[in-house]
Amino acid sequence: MRARKSKFVLFVVLLIAMFAIIAATTSVIVKGITLGLDLQGGFEVLYEAAPGQKVTPQILNDTQEAIRKRIDVLGVAEPDITIEGTNRIRVQLAGVKDQKKARELLGKQAELTFRDPSGKQILLRGKDLQEGGAKLDYDQANQPVVTIKLKDAKKFEEITRKYVGHPIPIYLDNQQLSAPVVQEPIAGGNAQITGQRTVEEAQELVDLLNAGAVPIKLVEKQSYAVDASLGAKSLRDSLEAGVIAVLAIFIFVIGYYRLPGLIAVITLIVYSYLVLVTFYVLDVTLTLPGIAAFILGIGMAVDANIITSERIKEEIRVGRSVSAAVRAGSKRSFLTIFDSNITTIIAAVVLFIFGTASVKGFSVSLIAGILVSFLTAVGLSRLLIYLLVRSNMVNRPTLFGVREDEISDL
Amino acid sequence: MTYRIDFVNRRKMFFLISAITILIGVISLFVQGLNLGIDFVSGTRLDFQFAKTIDLEKAKKELSDLGYENPNARLGGNNNNILIVRVDKKLEKADVDRIAERLKQTFQMTPHVQEQTVDPIIGKEIAKNAFYAVLIASLGIIVYVALRFEYRFAVSAIIALFYDALFTISLFSIFQLEVDLTFIAAILTIVGYSVNDTIVIFDRIRENLDAMKPKKWEELVEVVNTSIGQTLVRSINTVITVVFGALALCILGGESIRNFSLALLFGLVSGAYSSIFIASQIWIGWKWKSMQGENDRARETAVAE
Repeated sequence: MRARKSKFVLFVVLLIAMFAIIAATTSVIVKGITLGLDLQGGFEVLYEAAPGQKVTPQILNDTQEAIRKRIDVLGVAEPDITIEGTNRIRVQLAGVKDQKKARELLGKQAELTFRDPSGKQILLRGKDLQEGGAKLDYDQANQPVVTIKLKDAKKFEEITRKYVGHPIPIYLDNQQLSAPVVQEPIAGGNAQITGQRTVEEAQELVDLLNAGAVPIKLVEKQSYAVDASLGAKSLRDSLEAGVIAVLAIFIFVIGYYRLPGLIAVITLIVYSYLVLVTFYVLDVTLTLPGIAAFILGIGMAVDANIITSERIKEEIRVGRSVSAAVRAGSKRSFLTIFDSNITTIIAAVVLFIFGTASVKGFSVSLIAGILVSFLTAVGLSRLLIYLLVRSNMVNRPTLFGVREDEISDL
Repeated sequence: MTYRIDFVNRRKMFFLISAITILIGVISLFVQGLNLGIDFVSGTRLDFQFAKTIDLEKAKKELSDLGYENPNARLGGNNNNILIVRVDKKLEKADVDRIAERLKQTFQMTPHVQEQTVDPIIGKEIAKNAFYAVLIASLGIIVYVALRFEYRFAVSAIIALFYDALFTISLFSIFQLEVDLTFIAAILTIVGYSVNDTIVIFDRIRENLDAMKPKKWEELVEVVNTSIGQTLVRSINTVITVVFGALALCILGGESIRNFSLALLFGLVSGAYSSIFIASQIWIGWKWKSMQGENDRARETAVAE
């Protein structure tokens, strides 16, 4: 048989093109993948609406918005605030320096109330405040005070008229901030909150009030906090483990299957790259178990290559020529791979439909892994091995891990 | 190489082995249950990672001094350099800081802290949800396999699937390994992989069934043995590649994914085992019963004519 160099050249060109793309874009993609809190440090709190409150999707949305505004006060980049179920909100903050303060700020409902002298009856609520109307100011003694503006100046005037000579305590949630005694009815709708010890404390109150109250009372149900350095270490450890695992798999596959093994390794590299691209495009957050699943996924993606390579070996052993064996082996293994993958996809799709958030995320990566592996281990492998076989440069059975004496004569 | 091993005639022995392993597992589950992690039991879990190993007894003493009597503490990590403390009540950030400060002074090393507080209801909800999802997924798989193959294959594959899940859960109970939310993800992976593995063998059985058209028990046994033999190298090699991954993660991947990787390791090896020794063997017994039925009917019709 004459060697057809053009096919071989095509094979090499294809290979170079693929690896060029991978080499050029991988670092951008890897940097663009969001790392979970366990890998970059930070903290996460799951809040649930305290029982006995009316919670509608609208209220939850407002709550989410209020929390977002408040996190802006903290200056955290890219907070992740998600509504879960009918009454829960999950807040994920990566790379927060002062976790204690963040938690204090987040946990507060921050509703400002003016109450009657007994402190029991509420006269004015947070929603009566003008939005963004809180300001930091200083009194005559140069102590910081917080000034607020009320929406309805008339209402405030009436209230203050009613309580002349009495205190009307101002509360933030259940904590009394100050209890100013009304000297005379106040017109104009401006009020002052005193009793802030430091400028920072006063500024924080201003920010809280301007961010607005969280419409419902929230209870901390779950929390999770990781040191940034610990996260970095986990990332390093798991990547190290991954590199060793992948190298072991590559050496094993090439050692056992020779040429189809080499093809498998090429397709596995493309597989890994495409899975990362999928994570990037779908904005999947990569967590520690996610990395583990990804590494094990490589082990499983190899399965399709192994099935095909075994089939090719079988066909060579019964006496077919290499090119006929490759064709028959690829064709026969296709349905097997298809059926076995479809069943896994069915399982993953059901998990996605019926599972809760974390299970959903898991099933998305499972489905992505299977689809990509089907594309690479079946499509790409076939293309590559056909090109090689048609070039007539690789027709020795030993290249497929079959010894000459194993081949039965027909 | 196609291996000639008589898997079918030893099937009673394998059923017995499988039944015993499950029995031991179920007994363990009833007697000692699972070592439920923080996701399922309310409280706080603290991981203090130090630069090098520390004295556990000393750490326990410090914790007792701080008012945490008989602390549930152990060491983990590759160099026993992580102190893992479980407290039944929810700890405030200030409490955590106090413990960290005390440990820092005692051991003269600043620990890296990981803190997790959980309401068990959420973990239980996720577990319950995952369980129902697996049941529904099993139904979906049964329908697909019944349509593409036949219902006997489908049911046999599902039995193998539940064996794998139960086997992994049993091992976690027997060795009292901590079960957390990632364990659920591991079980889900095992479920997906188990069916995948079984279908590869069934696909071969179906192919050989068409080619060999068995009539007698011996012929049917030949079909199953040949099919398992033909796919054996693939089964072993696939397990080997997955084991490479799981082992590397177990040894090098760090404390927090060790149990996750272990669960996958157990489940995936079990998946290969159950495809050969449970799913295929259940199928052949069932198939032969129905073939006998058909043979009887065929004979009756022949006699009637």
